[in-house]
Amino acid sequence: MSKVRPNYVRPLDIRGGHVDMSHGSGGRAMAQLIEQLFAAAFDNEWLAQRNDQALLPQPEGRIVMSTDCHVVSPLFFPGGDIGCLSVHGTINDVAMSGARPLYLAAGFILEEGFPLAELKRIVDSMAAASRDAGVPIVTGDTKVVEAGKGDGVFITTTGVGVVPPGILISGDRARPGDRIIVSGTMGDHGMAVMSQRESLAFGTDLVSDTAALHGLVAAMIEAVPEVRVLRDPTRGGLATTLNEIAAQSGAGMLIDEAAVPVLRQVEAACEFLGLDPLYVANEGKLVAIVPPENAQRLLEVMRAQPLGRNAALIGEVIEDPHHFVQMRTRFGGKRIVDWLAGDQLPRIC
Amino acid sequence: MKYIDEFRDGALARNIAASIAAEAEPARRYNLMEFCGGHTHAISRYGVADLLPPPVRMIHGPGCPVCVLPIGRIDLAIQLALEQRVILCTYGDCLRIPASNNLSLLKAKARGGDVRMIYSPADALKIAQAHPGREVVFFAIGFETTTPPTALIIKDAARLGLANLSVLCNHVLTPAAITNILESPEVRQLGTLALDGFIGPAHVSTIIGSRPYEFFAEEYRKPVVIAGFEPLDVMQAVLMLVRQINEGRAEVENEFTRAVTREGNLKAQALVSEVFELRRSFEWRGLGQVPYSALRIREAFAAFDAERKFSLETRSVADNKACECGAILRGVKHPRDCKVFGTVCTPENPIGSCMVSSEGACAAYYSYGRFREIPISAAA
Repeated sequence: MSKVRPNYVRPLDIRGGHVDMSHGSGGRAMAQLIEQLFAAAFDNEWLAQRNDQALLPQPEGRIVMSTDCHVVSPLFFPGGDIGCLSVHGTINDVAMSGARPLYLAAGFILEEGFPLAELKRIVDSMAAASRDAGVPIVTGDTKVVEAGKGDGVFITTTGVGVVPPGILISGDRARPGDRIIVSGTMGDHGMAVMSQRESLAFGTDLVSDTAALHGLVAAMIEAVPEVRVLRDPTRGGLATTLNEIAAQSGAGMLIDEAAVPVLRQVEAACEFLGLDPLYVANEGKLVAIVPPENAQRLLEVMRAQPLGRNAALIGEVIEDPHHFVQMRTRFGGKRIVDWLAGDQLPRIC
Repeated sequence: MKYIDEFRDGALARNIAASIAAEAEPARRYNLMEFCGGHTHAISRYGVADLLPPPVRMIHGPGCPVCVLPIGRIDLAIQLALEQRVILCTYGDCLRIPASNNLSLLKAKARGGDVRMIYSPADALKIAQAHPGREVVFFAIGFETTTPPTALIIKDAARLGLANLSVLCNHVLTPAAITNILESPEVRQLGTLALDGFIGPAHVSTIIGSRPYEFFAEEYRKPVVIAGFEPLDVMQAVLMLVRQINEGRAEVENEFTRAVTREGNLKAQALVSEVFELRRSFEWRGLGQVPYSALRIREAFAAFDAERKFSLETRSVADNKACECGAILRGVKHPRDCKVFGTVCTPENPIGSCMVSSEGACAAYYSYGRFREIPISAAA
């Protein structure tokens, strides 16, 4: 009698195996990777249909959609990794409209030779982040590029959500007199990642602040539906976000350096690298702009939430035809907080 | 943060500001040049100018290493990266300096050049050890502060017999630049540049000490106060200069006693003179050829000199005609006097080098202070 098992496929060697070109070729190896790694981790009713698309019930209300590509080096950093980051990033972009995020899609570009064990760590981290947030990954795609043509893993995630009725949040709604609130300390993520870079590596207990903010946002808009602008100050940090909003709204901003919360470790690391924490990335913080009469209430609501307990009022929107973001320095002077030109680079002297 | 916050204290700043305002005579003008880009940066970033009374005017000096580097030298680095295919290592600030043919080291990198940003010259040494089959060149720039670490890797490379590392040396000297400004026709004859005193370098002086400035105080009758790079240091130095000027004194005073001595760091000085010697002349952006103003690698370490190793010839390249960097570096013009400032020349698209580094007069003024030119009613 033949010993051939007609549908037998040797299980994926997750512990010692590597991504190879066959994992992106559309054949059995790819099906196996999807089955044993992605589908197993993300497991939900839509993925279980095994279609190239997810068929979703029609949601009620205004739909928002956002997409975000994630390229981060190193892939694993204190407090997170590219996996959870790619889930949080897109959930946050959707949530900054006031929306409740419903579904995510994920696209992976894998580099030939990437260890499957590391891929599994990343995928498990994504699955955990998506489960904790209550936002399932309902569809996805995988491609493999030749060694040297990628940086291990690139992940693109797309999110869909629904905005509750009566909520109108947009970057162009800041008005002179409005107050500017941040949900916590600035620059944690950027400095945590930088501390791990090969060329810089410095000792610190800093961890990334990567987190999904939709819970915080839901509490905020329930208590204060008048919130006018929400944005997460990711790349380019607080300074860039404020400049974007100022330009969109056609207003200026005046913030108080002493009021901007910055962790001591972040301040110290920035100090010796010659960087400015206002330009350093965050992955679990938001900026809210709110009419003056609602500012106190919003602050209280935010501080009652775990992700908003260090929330602080940092300044106000002012009239300014040039749309400058200005800052009263702790020292007693005033300066512009400008757009970043290129990358933030350390100074020589 | 300890040892930092103390020097950025707003209440202390107001006290010193009050003293400066009380002692500065309203009818008099105090034209003070801060030589260093580090001071320019501190003045702009902390809004120090807002705390100074009208008679005190700060003039930005040429002490920004990126700003004074002539185009021809960047061209050499780009040539090494693109034609000789070396691994070109340099400090982050150098990457965006505009060079010939609309290139910069950053653009050379995008064209396939292996250009790497490093934090310390020691990183270049490590890269050379990690890539024994490739030529690695450290593009060294800076004043006396950054020279000793460069000397150190050259000595280390010699000790290790590291044949694939060399240094393209652009190190320049502070006293020569100050002399050049004081000797310039604008200061000596025309009197178009009123200069009443200097805030002397902080980090540079930790190496060379305060003694080299005594010559300026004596010969040119200009008071010098060496000051740290924190905003309170600058305020205190301004007060000390106002007092010297009021009393008719021209002395070298040291506000930065926590780091600077009269003799400086003798060990570092010995190291530098072991590895480097004076160049007869070196081109500075803005100042032109300045005699005995820069260093080159001594014959004994010729094997680690990229200029000799790759037979490099520096070509002098003229600045963009509309660019006023030269006059701005000498303190003769203010960034707002330049036609291209803030129009064609911005930090995103710098035409001149003063717009590149955040220590450059134009970039600092553009990024932190340009709102002063435009009154904003609501922000008063």
